[in-house]
Amino acid sequence: MTICVNGTEVSPPADARVSLLDLLREHLHLTGTKKGCDQGACGACTVLMDGDRVLSCLTLAAQAEGRDVRTVEGLPGGSDDLHPLQRAFVEHDGLQCGYCTPGQICSAIAMAEELRRGDPSYVTHDLTAGTLVATRAEIRERMSGNLCRCGAHNGIIDAIETMLAETGA
Amino acid sequence: MTKLQNAIVGGVRAVIGHVPASWLPGGTPDPLIDKRVALGGQQTRIDGPDKVRGAARFAAEVPMKNLLYASFVHSAIARGRIADLDVSAAEAAPGVALVMTHHNAPKMAVPPPIGMTNLKAAGNHTLPIMQDAKIRWNGQVVAVVLAETREQADHAATLIRVGYEAVQARTQFEEGKASAYTPDSMLVEKNRLDKGNAGQKLAEAAFKIDAVYTTPWENHNPIEPHASTIVWQDGKLIVHDATQMIHGTAGSLAKIFGLKVGDVQVSSPYVGGGFGAKGLWDHQILGVAAAKLADRPVRVALSRASMHRLIGGRTQTEQRVALAADADGTLKALLHHGYGVKPLHSICDEGFSLTGRSLYACESFDIVQHYVDLDLLANSFMRGPGETPGTFAIECAMDELAHAIGMDPIELRRRNVATRDPVSGAPHSQSAMMEAYDLGAARFGWHRRMAQPGMRREGEWLIGMGCASGTFPFMRMPGTSVRVTIDNSGDVHVASAAHEMGMGTATVQRQHAADRLGLPLDRVTVTIGDSSLPFASFAGGSSQTASLAAAISAASGKLVAELLRLAGNDTPLAGLKPAEVEFADGGLRGVEDPARNESFASILRRSGRAELSVVGESGAPLEIIKYSMHSTSANFCELRVSEVTGEIRVNRLVGAFDCGRILNARTATSQFKGGMIMGLGMALTEETLLDERSGRIMSTSLADYHVPVHLDVPDIDILWTDIPDPRTPLGARGIGEIGTTGVAAAIANAVFNATGKRVRDLPLTLDKLL
Repeated sequence: MTICVNGTEVSPPADARVSLLDLLREHLHLTGTKKGCDQGACGACTVLMDGDRVLSCLTLAAQAEGRDVRTVEGLPGGSDDLHPLQRAFVEHDGLQCGYCTPGQICSAIAMAEELRRGDPSYVTHDLTAGTLVATRAEIRERMSGNLCRCGAHNGIIDAIETMLAETGA
Repeated sequence: MTKLQNAIVGGVRAVIGHVPASWLPGGTPDPLIDKRVALGGQQTRIDGPDKVRGAARFAAEVPMKNLLYASFVHSAIARGRIADLDVSAAEAAPGVALVMTHHNAPKMAVPPPIGMTNLKAAGNHTLPIMQDAKIRWNGQVVAVVLAETREQADHAATLIRVGYEAVQARTQFEEGKASAYTPDSMLVEKNRLDKGNAGQKLAEAAFKIDAVYTTPWENHNPIEPHASTIVWQDGKLIVHDATQMIHGTAGSLAKIFGLKVGDVQVSSPYVGGGFGAKGLWDHQILGVAAAKLADRPVRVALSRASMHRLIGGRTQTEQRVALAADADGTLKALLHHGYGVKPLHSICDEGFSLTGRSLYACESFDIVQHYVDLDLLANSFMRGPGETPGTFAIECAMDELAHAIGMDPIELRRRNVATRDPVSGAPHSQSAMMEAYDLGAARFGWHRRMAQPGMRREGEWLIGMGCASGTFPFMRMPGTSVRVTIDNSGDVHVASAAHEMGMGTATVQRQHAADRLGLPLDRVTVTIGDSSLPFASFAGGSSQTASLAAAISAASGKLVAELLRLAGNDTPLAGLKPAEVEFADGGLRGVEDPARNESFASILRRSGRAELSVVGESGAPLEIIKYSMHSTSANFCELRVSEVTGEIRVNRLVGAFDCGRILNARTATSQFKGGMIMGLGMALTEETLLDERSGRIMSTSLADYHVPVHLDVPDIDILWTDIPDPRTPLGARGIGEIGTTGVAAAIANAVFNATGKRVRDLPLTLDKLL
């Protein structure tokens, strides 16, 4: 079975040890997905698999067989070729060095879907309400798996709020 | 640092003290302090779109044919020698191209140490690397494996068997204090300051506090791991590196491998966070050596664990601060003594004892710091070196003193704020810390703070407010250069081997060049990040912006002269001297008669030139010798502490900064916030855990070393005085590091205000509040 990466079918690697992250970066040269810790602790390698966010460093490439993988390079862009969230990151300065940024963006796109689904989080007060209000605390909690060391946190949350407002979530 | 250095610095200061200000750099305030078009604006990062697309290329991402991947084996003991080494299984493993150990490593000189005397040196330690069987710290590399794939290299590394002969290592801080050494100087200052009989004033004072503050070993942990893609090409060396010291790395590698400086190229257009860590460490050197032996390109991308074993951090500190004051709060004595770890092979100072020398006027000082020499990895500079741990101790002590006197902590600072350098008596170039306090206090709502601790409660939560000063010195590096080229369409191109690791270097210097040369932004490009470009010093000491600004300013002066020469006599500018023209509308024009003007494109066209190129250089920073030049800040924190668990949640932070003029409001805000968030981590969670029995770092992952996550970071308000410093290019001082200073103290002071508990030992973990 093949792996669908940004719409292109690719063969899984011969070496079973290859992570999805290394497949992307070293084999396919899709280096927009970043390696920060290779241990699932920083979120820089976050990609979308069948629409859900996964840590590609903790995912073997073989586990992605038959799945649809989308990386930062494959996000649907608008007129200027940027996804609305990417545009919001630039506008709100939700980045400095830019290394955690693709992971933050992929993570936030899937997080928006989790919010829409009504998945509760650690800071959700009413688990029975059915619908969720995307407060800054909710966004922060849900984005806490994506570390940033430059300290762009405020801008990242601002950017995500902007996207949620634009898409009516 | 030596007694000789003290004598030289003292002599230069004495001479410069007598030189008229107008002769020195900044003698005439930079006209761009007020004449701003692009500067001071909100331009978004020019590399923002590439970064959000993942298209900005980092060092481990440079495509390379025939590449080998490196994996390291680290020593498991702190001191001794390698007795047995069996690499046969690794050599026989699939895909392995080379195993390098001290048996076959090429001869390499020790790294030339980073310092002010050689700006092309970047060594953080002066130890031989893989030249003998000796083990000098726990984590030192004992073998390098190169293989066709990363998986093969990592697996083969596990097959290497190393036997050690260990000897007793010195790895215990408490024990080491007994034999601590006392350096003569601390950066460019004398280490020991004894002025005005502090001991006696302490004994006689109406109010005093005397306490010991400790801060742990901390690591930078940029999200991009250290990485290099290395290739030897026809005897020349090309290193795509993640570095904040491009020329320092190139110069050092040339020295270590016996090459001409021109035969080493270091390229580093994007760095995924540095904070002081992205300098020259063993991994680049070993990667270059292995690439040479294997005669193939090599990629070194450190694992998070290897980063902790090979990249130094900020030393732990133990600081005693004693303050004495009158009943009206006037400081009578300031004593600041303490210890940090600095192995004898380590280069970087952690000058925490410098903090108390500039912030407050005081009648007497008794200051000195000592270093413990241990068998550990060398230190490195980490965001706000010195002042970051230093402000924790001094600013907690100020809060304690205010409480003892029964005075508002801001009022105590107001009564003692320095109006000139408290030690040398030199005038400030500009200083307005209390204006920063006033701005910050108003935004924060300081008037709502209750002086009595433990008075505000919401359920299980005790609410507290705290404040603290921050400070960091101004620095401008000599030698930093730019090439400014005007092309035949009159567009301007600025090039320098400067660094981008999130500061917005190119974004801001583009604004600067546009304003300096009288052009709109879209007619200026800035290229940085490669040693083939004109020399730039490191991105450190919050110096890069001022240094580049001085270089562009110098280049603009040369351009005027060259343009007038090229313009000749058939120009409306004919007869005007350089001082009589200014840049405007993409050309030169007469200051008195703006109708006399000619565009760059026209001047070049008439003179038959395709382009005009000049190099400008940042000269000797004599202004820092004549003037006391420090940025300051006022940090405010409101937090809550759970009475049940001891958990601290920071509700909000306000930082008000006095750093001269702000050049880009958007990127500056981000940089200040980023610094404060590192201070937040220092206050609450960050600690590198050392097993003192073995000298081995235990917290070698981001799951064990806790940096702030989104839920830890509140909304942060940033304000600034925007008062220009008349002695600096653009009226600006550096802003990269000051954000980190004073934050941990503001948080600890807020914890005291909330709970009445004074925790003097960072980080402020839950156990310390129960």
